[in-house]
Amino acid sequence: MSLRGAAYVAGAFEHPDRIIPDKPVEQVHAEVAAGALADAGLTFADVDAYYCAGDAPGMGGVSMADYMGLKLSHIDSTETGGSSYVVHVGHAAAAIKAGKCKVALITLAGLPRQDSANLVSRVSAAPESAFETVYGTSVHGMYALCARRHMYEYGTTGEQLAEIKVAAAHHAQYNEHALRRETVTVEDVLNSPMVSDPLHRLDCCVITDGGGAVVVVAPDVARDLDRQCVKILGHGEAPKHTRNGRPDLTSTGAVWSGPAAFAEAGVTPADIDYASIYDSFTITVLMTLEDLGFCEKGKGGQFVSGGALQAPYGKLPFNTDGGGLCNNHPGNRGGMTKILEAVRQLRGEAHPQVQVPDCELALAHGTGGSIATRMGSSTLILGREDA
Amino acid sequence: MTALPALPAPAPHVNPETKPFWDATAEGRLLLRACRACESVIWYPRTLCPECGSFDTEWMEASGRGTIFTFSVNRRGQGAYRGASPYVLAYVELEEGPRMMTNIVDCDVDAIAIGDPVRVVFHDTGAGSALPRFRPVT
Repeated sequence: MSLRGAAYVAGAFEHPDRIIPDKPVEQVHAEVAAGALADAGLTFADVDAYYCAGDAPGMGGVSMADYMGLKLSHIDSTETGGSSYVVHVGHAAAAIKAGKCKVALITLAGLPRQDSANLVSRVSAAPESAFETVYGTSVHGMYALCARRHMYEYGTTGEQLAEIKVAAAHHAQYNEHALRRETVTVEDVLNSPMVSDPLHRLDCCVITDGGGAVVVVAPDVARDLDRQCVKILGHGEAPKHTRNGRPDLTSTGAVWSGPAAFAEAGVTPADIDYASIYDSFTITVLMTLEDLGFCEKGKGGQFVSGGALQAPYGKLPFNTDGGGLCNNHPGNRGGMTKILEAVRQLRGEAHPQVQVPDCELALAHGTGGSIATRMGSSTLILGREDA
Repeated sequence: MTALPALPAPAPHVNPETKPFWDATAEGRLLLRACRACESVIWYPRTLCPECGSFDTEWMEASGRGTIFTFSVNRRGQGAYRGASPYVLAYVELEEGPRMMTNIVDCDVDAIAIGDPVRVVFHDTGAGSALPRFRPVT
């Protein structure tokens, strides 16, 4: 069963706020849900499937269905960290193709700025935690382990990692909602304080409250809507873990989710006009670009140099909303915003300064968990409605 | 030379499956789990062999020798490590094969490198266990 053309993204919405001190997380879920449904020209009454991840409160999908008054024939709360929402789009398309539902709502919301203690997440009961967290495995520290190993094996440099932040910041200056809108240079990144050697502060994503939502619909529903929809062409998902204590630290689950998505879509990396690449850290982007096949393994540093990632005319414009590095990383989960900017690009609704001309094919990739231990990776390939 | 502060030694969560491992650390011994069916060395310790699916596994004692596979000098500790920075987070590749998350201690953070030989030391958690950490072999 191929998902190519099985469903469409009809609605997309990003919460405009980055600091939300006065709302509970369920309210933010409901606000982004309403925003995405309104964008599609649909209402809560049209929704018959709901998807959420670990950021949803209480009993997850059941609690949120109660809060939003949804009557559902399909529900899924797959949790793969920040990539969950990219996974959900694939699962929603499969459920639609199987005839289980017609209008699937996917939401993300998080408020880490309300409770920074929660940054050290709730994995204390995980089977591996006694052998990792006791050593002070901060998120940035673990990604730094990968950056160091990538530098050792392939000669990747801090300057090359900095190019990724420079491109993201170039895009963020045009996003009025971005948390950080100032442009930066390679030197700015290298001169920012060392957080976890070799990663500097500006190699790290922002921490924001907020959320986002998308609505995935069946082809016949898409046809009846006035809104320009985006066609789902291919999807892949794959957890990658420590492989019995032998992690390589230089590749991500994209080595599996990427080829699956490209095969289903019937396209190659060279065909992609725009890419949303999960950017928890600069090293996440560099390794993912290699793993998705945009360049040879180990050549990511060369690939990202010289403005290659800058819209509109770089060879692979990426994260034109400013990404998690500058714009938004709601709830420490960046998968949803990756989908949202890909949808904007395909609709021609990105900021004019960063809109990729004649954007027909886009990729959105999520990486949840930690690339230094275990992660959930998911790749989505989207096309214009007429693709 | 940049000297390192004394590191916290938070007590791990111990369950019946991992208790022998942690009991051994309190005696200064590093145990690994080995598969009798496929002869894999298993990490982290568990009853099931993730290579072949066999439950026919047993404890074995590690040599305590390894090399630094990768490391980071963490300057922004969180949780129990808040205020403990800088400290070295690392993967050490054990002589027996597995790469384990750990800390490099008693070292000059400006001088350590991938590939350096290290040897295990144990830091008492005060809760009947000790954290296996590694120091450079000089």
